Amino acid sequence: MNRLIKGVRPRALVLLAVFAAALVIAPLFVSSYVLSVLIIVLYFAYVGQAWNLMIGFAGQLSLGHALFVGIGAYTSAALFIHFGIAPWIGMFAAVALSVLTGCIIGYLGFRFSIRGVYFALLTIAFAEFVLVIVDHIPWLGSTGGFFLPVANRDRIDLFNLRGSQIMFYYVILALTAAALVLCRLLLNSKLGLYWQAIREDQESAEAIGVHLFRYKMIAVAISSGLTGIAGVWYAFYYNNLFPETTFSTAKSIELILGTVVGGVGTLFGPILGAFILTPLGEVLTHLTEGMKIDGIKSFFWGVCVAAIVLFRPTGLWPWISALFGLDPRRGDKP
Amino acid sequence: MPADIYLNVAVSGILTGLIYGLSTLGLSVIFGVIRIVNFAHGEIMVVGMFVTLVLFRHLGIDPLLSIPIVAAALFGFGFVLQDWVVRRVAHLADHMQFLLMAAVAVILISVCLMLFGPDAQGAQVGYAYDSLSIGPLIVDKVRLYAGLAALVVAAALFAFFRYAATGKAIRACGDNYLGAQVVGLNVRRLFALTFGIGTACLGAAGAILLLLIDVHPYLGPPLTLLAFIIVIVGGMGSLPGAMLGGVLIGASEAIAGLLLQPSLKSAFSFGLLILVLLVRPQGLLGKATQ
Amino acid sequence: MTCKPHTVITRRTFSTGVTAAGLTAAAGPFNVLRAQGGALKVGVLLPRSGVQAGIGQDCQRGVEIAPGIFKDLGLPNLQIMNGDTESNPQIARAQAEKLINEGAQLLVGAFDSGQTTTIAQVAEQRGIPLVINIAAAPPITEQGYKFVFRNFPTAPMILGDAFANQKEIFAATGSAPKSAAFLHVNDTFGTAMQKGIGAVMPRFNMPYKIAETIAYDPRARDLSVEIAKAKATGADALLVVSRLNDAILLTRELVKQRWTPMAVLSMGPGWYEDQYLKTLGKLSDGPMSFVPWYDPNKKLSKQLEAVLAKAYPAINLNTNHIFTFEALLVAADAYKRAGSTDPKALADAIRKTNITDNVSIGPGIQFDAKGQNDKVKDAAIQNRDGKLVTLAPKAAANAKPDWPLKPYDKRG
Repeated sequence: MNRLIKGVRPRALVLLAVFAAALVIAPLFVSSYVLSVLIIVLYFAYVGQAWNLMIGFAGQLSLGHALFVGIGAYTSAALFIHFGIAPWIGMFAAVALSVLTGCIIGYLGFRFSIRGVYFALLTIAFAEFVLVIVDHIPWLGSTGGFFLPVANRDRIDLFNLRGSQIMFYYVILALTAAALVLCRLLLNSKLGLYWQAIREDQESAEAIGVHLFRYKMIAVAISSGLTGIAGVWYAFYYNNLFPETTFSTAKSIELILGTVVGGVGTLFGPILGAFILTPLGEVLTHLTEGMKIDGIKSFFWGVCVAAIVLFRPTGLWPWISALFGLDPRRGDKP
Repeated sequence: MPADIYLNVAVSGILTGLIYGLSTLGLSVIFGVIRIVNFAHGEIMVVGMFVTLVLFRHLGIDPLLSIPIVAAALFGFGFVLQDWVVRRVAHLADHMQFLLMAAVAVILISVCLMLFGPDAQGAQVGYAYDSLSIGPLIVDKVRLYAGLAALVVAAALFAFFRYAATGKAIRACGDNYLGAQVVGLNVRRLFALTFGIGTACLGAAGAILLLLIDVHPYLGPPLTLLAFIIVIVGGMGSLPGAMLGGVLIGASEAIAGLLLQPSLKSAFSFGLLILVLLVRPQGLLGKATQ
Repeated sequence: MTCKPHTVITRRTFSTGVTAAGLTAAAGPFNVLRAQGGALKVGVLLPRSGVQAGIGQDCQRGVEIAPGIFKDLGLPNLQIMNGDTESNPQIARAQAEKLINEGAQLLVGAFDSGQTTTIAQVAEQRGIPLVINIAAAPPITEQGYKFVFRNFPTAPMILGDAFANQKEIFAATGSAPKSAAFLHVNDTFGTAMQKGIGAVMPRFNMPYKIAETIAYDPRARDLSVEIAKAKATGADALLVVSRLNDAILLTRELVKQRWTPMAVLSMGPGWYEDQYLKTLGKLSDGPMSFVPWYDPNKKLSKQLEAVLAKAYPAINLNTNHIFTFEALLVAADAYKRAGSTDPKALADAIRKTNITDNVSIGPGIQFDAKGQNDKVKDAAIQNRDGKLVTLAPKAAANAKPDWPLKPYDKRG
């Protein structure tokens, strides 16, 4: 606990506590629609944090993170459908497969020094490759879709992850909070210091004996594993999986937009970004509804995102935290 | 299966590949000089296709004849886009540049949807269904003309970069940014020109492509992915590489479709992409990275 | 024009009688209740932007033409609330929640199986009835849902009717293909159909064999290889499950590669759509589509045709309009009988639906225990001079088949 809050300004702690408390009691007050939006927000916040580990710590830009969501989702769903294995157990297999895939991609990227844009394209290629392959696996429903049986929504069965919307809300909330704590702990650990050293100056870090490959691979493994868990949740929340809407590059991009907007490499950026982008979409839908012009919503959405890049090029979090004086030490920023 | 079908399929794949190659030139030129990956690549090409469509519908201009007009229009678009918008993110991290281009793509898609509606539309030229037969080989005229036009445009581009003073200056910027500034080149203007030339390529490719496929607002993303594959296979920043990559992907996808299930075609291409990244990350004709 | 067989008239007369009786019985007390309750709020979820925007907007036309006809039928007015799923299952889910929160008492949607599945879950969880307009994936009505109803055939039903209608046509023309190349788009619907073929075809003792099954990528821009491959099988006929853009591409390749099969038999969208007819002109004539369709001889079909022709002169009535319209018809009819906007009462009323004065082929709209209309029938239709004629089943036919396909290079 001490390590967790060391060096954080009291004001920031109070704000965080209020924010967390608001989220915990939210289901009592908000409508089912707002809750469904909050669920999507938290999902993006969670995956964003996982992705952030990869780019923020390992410095590798992945544009294929939907691959890990998909692997997690399909693994746990297949185990549940074909063998009746509960998702909390299936999750281990899901995470193992995600980590393995992540490590293969990370290893290849590192071994062949594929960096930056090239690495991004490598991740896209892997995700799209798996998409087409899953398209052709009847055992996973191929393009026809993979459906989880939906039953007994009145009863909450946490073990089998079957239940009401509120249950899924609290599960994803817990995951998001856990990821935040994990990221914070990782940052202040020895591992986090190595990561920062690598990020700031790769050559010097290597010169003083930091084992680049090992630490980068750890970041990739954690990132892909956490994303795999998101996939398990995704499968059981949506109850249906289609390769195209799970693995496609469009999905990968959707997953990371919030984090980029919020601020890559910052602890709170992914959460902030998710809480801005998804509601922005909903607000725009609401505002443009009366216009009766199909496509106008995404037009304004694109304009907003472009404006953020042009006017807040480091993302929104550094700006907001400076504005409210929440960021006293560099240590808070990974 | 009779042997002539392989010949037919290969020829048609190569011709289509030439057009893909031409569109990839646009991506390659921009990356080679400005070092920005144009994630709105496919969407800009779709804009070019819609411009061609409007010219065809309202003025009756054949898509092949409208190549210079569309290229000029998209040159202007690219010039302005670079000078007003993209220039401002040049110093930012990869992911910020990517986000900006993704936003531009979303804006372009929605504008096309609002202006032209969601339906696929094509230009029906008089020779749309003609085909030539040479022995067992059946080549459809549209594809033949389209492939030749792509070659001509690509040749013009090569000549520009090799012989024209501006072309040489742009190459200098790409090779050595600092040096270009030192010798007094107007780098900002040259970058805008480069982006304009890149999008002009997309315009030309779009005009040609409209002969083969119908355009709709959501055609962009798959075209972007395809160009990524080609540019990696051929070599980022290498112009001959882009053309070679286009032909290679066009022909191999066609043959793969024949031998395997056609729905596995794109897995084949992505597999090839992964292989090239691992074995020769700089691409077949790319220069090794320092 | 063929003469209408005697049996049909009998059944139709019978149907009209039943409807009339039903209407009189329902009219009395419920009208009062309805006046008190106000209009039923129906949330219509369609992919009006995103990759399926074209179809979503086409379905929307079925919504636009409904109110006038409902007035004529003496059905209560519906207050339509529109939601755009953006062709994305996640957004479909959020939009469904949103519409329900804004007061939607019944949902209609959503063309695509994936989006429909997520909406169905929300509907079931919130206890709001969902009437599916179009979505053929079988699992949707296999989940034991109590609030989900589908007035659209599942993939195996579409196949069964397609084979039956094909045999009817082969018998009428006295000629049948001996082999067929089966070309299908590798998406949700295409795969469901491909899976179904293995199970359903043996039951029909078809005269042709499938020479080869060719699956193509839904994102494909160029289908020359696919046609070359199909042509190389030497099959007599082309059996297809495709979508609109692919249908146009495939036809162009047939022409360019100089292959006119004996028949093009389509078991999905694309080949009969307006865009296809308009884009290809003379080349669009001939293909037969085996699809959920309207019975041109039914009274309501004629009315629907007339209203659509007035609202959208350039557009032929098609599956998208018919089934979206019928979904609303189910809603309005159930509301009238339930006499309340209470979702539970509405769902109970929908379960007891028995609409015989409808548009689609078959005895009418009824739902089985799973919420599926298992009596809805498909038609065989053919493109002729930019219009669509119905060939089979006999009961709904208004033309004889044009057989075999006229060579593409001899069409001037």
